[in-house]
Amino acid sequence: MNTYRIISVVAYIILAPFIGGLLEGFDRKISARMQRRVGPPLLQPFYDVIKLWKKQIIVVSRAQAFALITYLALIVLTGAMFFAGTDILMCFFVMSTGATFLYFAAVAASSPYSTIGANRELIQMMTYEPAVLLACVGFYLAEGSFNVADIATSNKLDILYLPGFFVAFVFILTIKMRKSPFDTSTSHHMHQELVKGLTTEMGSRNLAVFQIAEWYENVFLMAVVGLYFINSNPYSIIAGVVAILAVYFLEILIDNTSARVKWELMLKITWIVTFFSAGVNLLVLMLIRLG
Amino acid sequence: MANIKRSPWLLHYDGSSCNGCDIEVLACLTPMYDVERFGIINTGNPKHADIFLVTGSVNAQNESVVRQIYEQMPEPKVVVAIGICANNGGIFRECYNIKGGVDTVIPVDVYVPGCAARPEAIIDGVVKGLGVLAEKRAAMDVKEAIPTNTAKEEA
Ligand code: SF4
Repeated sequence: MNTYRIISVVAYIILAPFIGGLLEGFDRKISARMQRRVGPPLLQPFYDVIKLWKKQIIVVSRAQAFALITYLALIVLTGAMFFAGTDILMCFFVMSTGATFLYFAAVAASSPYSTIGANRELIQMMTYEPAVLLACVGFYLAEGSFNVADIATSNKLDILYLPGFFVAFVFILTIKMRKSPFDTSTSHHMHQELVKGLTTEMGSRNLAVFQIAEWYENVFLMAVVGLYFINSNPYSIIAGVVAILAVYFLEILIDNTSARVKWELMLKITWIVTFFSAGVNLLVLMLIRLG
Repeated sequence: MANIKRSPWLLHYDGSSCNGCDIEVLACLTPMYDVERFGIINTGNPKHADIFLVTGSVNAQNESVVRQIYEQMPEPKVVVAIGICANNGGIFRECYNIKGGVDTVIPVDVYVPGCAARPEAIIDGVVKGLGVLAEKRAAMDVKEAIPTNTAKEEA
């Protein structure tokens, strides 16, 4: 069991950037096809990062590079803890700490665009945090344990117990993955109100580090999606992968069919969805437990 | 090394263009021409850009802006002047406020003629700029290599 855990942690640390980059490559290709364009090559995200790595470094603020490296390290730690099968609640706490360092990296530059982007990032964190915490609580109620290893190897199919939590989690993925209706902190398409928001002042290597951290994070989030489907049955892994691909496709579809909303609306919609899907699911689970 | 040519990110600045060339630049992004095929992204942020597209001529008001944007871009960088206005002032050349082409303020690497420049010509110009970008990147490596060599000789 222990060697199995070590292998999955090492595999995550080595493979996650490649998987994350490939997923983004597919993302850009599929988005282009949805817009009736040919789109960039599949490996384009890797070309971008390598290019950024080789560009001249213009230091905006020394604190920025430090904060970004810490952000990357914490996100890698989040995923590593997850694949080591430890406490899922702890994973999300480490992830939030990482996100705070991203905030520091953005405000360190003291440019108006990146500061506004950073403030919006904080609002985004506030928006998705309830759904994330509830997701952890849901796993606990269904499985009686916060440990990823226990959840992934139990006999129960979690999605049957936690459909509401799953809906809320997928909903906040749009925020976490910086997809269109909720990409308030880093507008990811060109020429928009915030230039590039949070990442405006991150040039060359810093942007590459940010990008790689995003890949690690996306792989971790997708693994959480998979956790809803994976149990002791080996075939459930296939179900997990199918679910991950379906969720990713859904995110791309949402990204391409919606316009960005203001943060108030984002907060309202997300909390309403969280309350009604995860909250109701929580009540039902509690009643079952009592009954 | 080839990677720098595979992911050129653009920054488009409108000098005192009549908007004709700007529309053609944006036309390059449409499904018809789709420059993202070449990995080209229109960033709108000098800190992320590799290629600086300028349309329209430089005037007394925007001279400092053009210079500042250019300085904010990290090396290696390439400037592509789009349309005859950006090349040498074009139809506005005689105006009291016009300084002339973009090369009166910053060094220009590729000149794309036309009034307005056609999207095909713009893409062609950018692709030419990629060659210059790769050369500049190679020159950067040489520059980095030289000091270490001399240091070794001294030691
Ligand atoms: S070259 Fe022609 S189309 Fe382009 S900005 Fe000048 S006048 Fe307008």
